[in-house]
Amino acid sequence: MTPISFPNRQAEGIHISELEVHYRRVLALKAINCEIRPGRVTGMIGPNGAGKSTLIKAMLGLVTPVQGKVCFQNQPLTKQLDQVAYLPQRSKIDWTYPATVWDVVMMGRVRKTGWFHRFSSVSRRLVAQALDRVGLSDYRDRAIGELSGGQQQRVFIARALTEQAHIFCFDEPFAGIDKKTESVIFDILHELAEAGHIVLVVHHDLGHSIVNFDDLILLNRELVAHGTRKEVLNAENLQYAYGDRIAFFSEAA
Amino acid sequence: MLEILIEPLQYGFMQRSLMTAILVGIICAVVGSYLMVQRLALLGESVSHSVLPGVAIAFILGVDIFLGAFIAGVISAVMIAWVRTRSPVKEDAAMGIIYSAFFSLGITLITIVQKNNKIDLLHFLFGNILGVTTRDVINTSVIAVIVVGAIALLYKELLFYTFDPEGAQASGLPINLLDFGLIILMSLTIVASLTTVGLALVVALLITPGATAYLLVKRLHQMMILGAVIGVLASISGMYLSYYFNIPSGPAIVMVAFGFFMLAFLFSPTHGVLTHPSRGPGLAQSQIWQEIRGLLATKK
Repeated sequence: MTPISFPNRQAEGIHISELEVHYRRVLALKAINCEIRPGRVTGMIGPNGAGKSTLIKAMLGLVTPVQGKVCFQNQPLTKQLDQVAYLPQRSKIDWTYPATVWDVVMMGRVRKTGWFHRFSSVSRRLVAQALDRVGLSDYRDRAIGELSGGQQQRVFIARALTEQAHIFCFDEPFAGIDKKTESVIFDILHELAEAGHIVLVVHHDLGHSIVNFDDLILLNRELVAHGTRKEVLNAENLQYAYGDRIAFFSEAA
Repeated sequence: MLEILIEPLQYGFMQRSLMTAILVGIICAVVGSYLMVQRLALLGESVSHSVLPGVAIAFILGVDIFLGAFIAGVISAVMIAWVRTRSPVKEDAAMGIIYSAFFSLGITLITIVQKNNKIDLLHFLFGNILGVTTRDVINTSVIAVIVVGAIALLYKELLFYTFDPEGAQASGLPINLLDFGLIILMSLTIVASLTTVGLALVVALLITPGATAYLLVKRLHQMMILGAVIGVLASISGMYLSYYFNIPSGPAIVMVAFGFFMLAFLFSPTHGVLTHPSRGPGLAQSQIWQEIRGLLATKK
């Protein structure tokens, strides 16, 4: 691989060291060490219950680790959440909530707007642009409950884009969506990486779509492998992680 | 007709209780909208019942019962959160445990106090339009200003937090403070509602107007505004019903609010049962009927 030059001045990655998480007394993640590099689309894969979502949540302080550090630019990442755009699993959201597409994408501007302030015209413009980017401009006044699963996911992607973040953490953005949404989201992930951002995506599918990731983190309560896609995707690693022979898109390796 | 509306207004108590009822109708719908979207209707029910020991203790100590009720309500909400986070007991069970305990303590204390004072438990449970003092009107007005003001100032943060708590936390919002703030606002609202609706029924005024509006509009602030209109209409009508038929004001208000809800439930342009008759299965196709028929068929 040739070294990548970043248009963005921040060329540092996220450094995770000895991160360990327990749920009550059960070990959820054991001493994770890895680096997530900027300018790369990094996929996090592993079997169900491997702790993929937990790792993202621990990185952002949504669950409290028992030990370990997550640093970005030599500072704890949890102190720099204004640099992060997080996309929760779509299934965790109550889509009957009384809000329109516009309302939800606007939420991406809440922190940047600050307490007691109204949304600025800049924010409104950013939201309109993000909706246009995901192809939902015509849906801005729709109730979110009226959308298809793929459209709902695109609403969340648009919200993440409005946050003007440097670090993007997406939890299962490809779960239960249509082909069109999948290609829109992958395009956006590549664009973000090309702009030098840190892009981390929880993914559950080892099929053809895996070629969209530059780097992979393979997890099963512990770090099984991490590195470039070619380094991680081999039968030995996957068998170790999944505990069984597992089919994967071998041309990607 | 006009005579019917104007005649009661010559009495000071009716002016005071109408004023209180209008304010309560507004803040209950606004705060209750948050409870509904967070599926926390039962929390409203719990905290409203839990204020009773605070009322009794305030009465014994001779301090403002608004203050006693507010403190008891907040303590109960904190205890529910404590049981839920520090044990495997789930939230609804924690609510059931805490509020029945607080309510029992309240009944016990009031029964003891009742022997030497004239304090009527029924008035706290179901509201009493004769009992609204000028002091109550002032207290309720102050609470209404605090509640509406706080929600206007924190609207965008509360919208984000109640829709997507994890997303809000990940963006750096202090979600535990926002949650506690909502509990404070809810407790204030319940306390303000004590004299007109009563603690046994305040949950209806918290949930029903907002739920009615939810069937008619699609954004949270629209739900709050329309809910407040419905809450105010229900409160005013309930007060007149209470006056003319000599019934407790709480049940009168709640029955009117329920009437509004049923209208929206049946006729809402987007969700109505009668306007969208095809939505749900009829009795003949319903699953339970199929299961009963299946059982009968195998019996033979």
